[in-house]
Amino acid sequence: MALLVGALRLNLLANSRNFYKFTSFVGVRSLSENVSSKSVTSSSPEVAGDHVIYTQEHFALKESLKKLIDQEINPHVEQWEAEGKFPAHKVFKILGSAGFLGVNRPTEYGGLGLDYSYSVAVAEELGNIRCGGIPMAIGVQTDMATPALARFGTAELKKEFLLPSIMGDKVACLGVSEVGAGSDVSSIKTKAVRKGDEYVINGGKMWTTNGTQADWMCLLANTSDGPPHRNKSLICLPMNLPGVHIARKISKIGMWSSDTAEVFFDDVHVPCKNIIGQEGMGFTYQMLQFQEERLWAVANALTSMDTIIQETIQYTRQRKIFKQPVLYHQAVHFRLAELQTEVELLRSLLYQATALYVKGNDVTKLASMAKLKTGRLARELSDGCLQYWGGMGFTSDVLVSRFYRDFRLISIGGGADEVMLGIICKYMDMLPRK
Amino acid sequence: MSGRVLVGVKRVIDYAVKIRVKPDNSGVVTDGVKHSMNPFCEIAVEEAVKLKEKKLIKEVVAVSCGPQQSQETIRTALAMGADRGIHVEVAGKDYETLGPLQVSKIMAALAKKEDAQLIILGKQAIDDDCNQTGQMTAALLDWPQGTFASEVSLDGDKVKVVREIDGGLETIKISTPAVLTADLRLNTPRYATLPNIMKAKKKKIANVKPADLGVDLTSRLEVLKVEEPPQRQAGVKVETVEDLVGKLKETGRI
Repeated sequence: MALLVGALRLNLLANSRNFYKFTSFVGVRSLSENVSSKSVTSSSPEVAGDHVIYTQEHFALKESLKKLIDQEINPHVEQWEAEGKFPAHKVFKILGSAGFLGVNRPTEYGGLGLDYSYSVAVAEELGNIRCGGIPMAIGVQTDMATPALARFGTAELKKEFLLPSIMGDKVACLGVSEVGAGSDVSSIKTKAVRKGDEYVINGGKMWTTNGTQADWMCLLANTSDGPPHRNKSLICLPMNLPGVHIARKISKIGMWSSDTAEVFFDDVHVPCKNIIGQEGMGFTYQMLQFQEERLWAVANALTSMDTIIQETIQYTRQRKIFKQPVLYHQAVHFRLAELQTEVELLRSLLYQATALYVKGNDVTKLASMAKLKTGRLARELSDGCLQYWGGMGFTSDVLVSRFYRDFRLISIGGGADEVMLGIICKYMDMLPRK
Repeated sequence: MSGRVLVGVKRVIDYAVKIRVKPDNSGVVTDGVKHSMNPFCEIAVEEAVKLKEKKLIKEVVAVSCGPQQSQETIRTALAMGADRGIHVEVAGKDYETLGPLQVSKIMAALAKKEDAQLIILGKQAIDDDCNQTGQMTAALLDWPQGTFASEVSLDGDKVKVVREIDGGLETIKISTPAVLTADLRLNTPRYATLPNIMKAKKKKIANVKPADLGVDLTSRLEVLKVEEPPQRQAGVKVETVEDLVGKLKETGRI
């Protein structure tokens, strides 16, 4: 009877609608997928009532998004990583139609008007995508290029750019960093000079995620000659305007499925009505959404970190060394326990910051701490776990090596570790006084 | 015809979870373990919602028998497009012994009460693999049944069902009211979109007790023991065909 049960279960797995997921990884990542595809890694409580910030609706959202990822995204990750680009319009349309691109955006523009905890739930669940590039690209669309527009844009502007971005019909990108200005946002050089009722834009942007596929860019440019924190504005820039040159797709050591572009602006004319909110307020607007952006990155990385630990446990359980599983060596299971402990600590910080933020508090200090810790823990964890995979960890056939490469960006992008430290010190009042 | 379809949905341990047997061998560990809707029930819900979208039926009612948590399973069905839910409350000892016979009695009673035109169920649940509820329900109601359905089409008061059978596919035509059970290839269930998940919150779930339906839950079965399947033994490699035949003779297989 047991054999029949086992056979039926196997039958279900083999024939299930997830069959194409199995076939797509034959040859590559086969070891990793075999080990992990059936693992349930959530350390959240089973009962919705016990969770600190999530309700039944959050769990229903996560379950639905997981299904979408399993059906529409994960089967293609290998291919898209190899090609160096994922089809942003196609994937965003699928996500947008299911309502996942505007969970806390206004309902008038296709959003769901839910609070930020739902964005965190989406970010967490996107961590189930088997790479870092695609969640990052989605994060840019939902929480980097659109928050200021949603909050300060005119109705006309929101209809033209926000609504289609939430529906998944338009791909957005963010133009802030430049070749000469990364952490030092105030020293960007791109200029938008007013001529009649148009701005003429000259300059360039760097590290533009989605850059080669975007329909519009949320551009930060100097619009006057005033003090550096008060002379910048955010402008909705259609990417098909004459003078917009996508110079190159940057070749990176990780995040391969996300296309990153260097963009130049050569006398680009854009109507003045495309400005978001008030002229001169661009810098302030962009800073306002940093808390959301950083907590989003934390939520996303945590799930992937869980996955890496689980896959490492499963791999080391079946891999033998000196006649017993690698996992049985105390150094190994003790280290994995240490890493999981750190993950849970970071998760608690995330939920605390989210709960406070949803209630209307400023969580800049906690969000910066969480982002700082995430960048460092992700590197430590992926490096430590990779070691236990031995030679296999060094191959392109496993998930841990992909995240080893992808995670390195967290300490750099979205606010470098050093910037986070500066913010925390400021809040702790330790910076040298003027 | 009422145009109403009852869909049974069962809350089971998630298919991806590694099942563990309780130390006392009385059952499997369910506390703190991830549960979700039985995959075949998802297919059943999807089929019902598709029929409604084609305007062939008017209302989809999701039914689940079990403890409080079964309401989450009904909510998933509502998020997929069911119109309302019925939670038949069964808890404690009664829930432990709840099986196809009891559930089919409940479904039959509800079908009469709700004047259902169709009952769609999953072909079996992935926890007990009984594959009985659909058949028993049809027998109790004296309705025709189309089980292991891989294709369903409504035509007036008749239903054409293509069934997956051992020899291949069998096509039958039955009259409504009828019971159908969904097989794997009937459809691919949709993922609930976020707007629908939020809308599902407002849909009604009625609470019903088995006694209200006049159903006796007494079980005629007693589980004596639950054991893990035997550990898979290592195989033996042989070099030649002669070796293989020798080994088979040795172990008395031939």
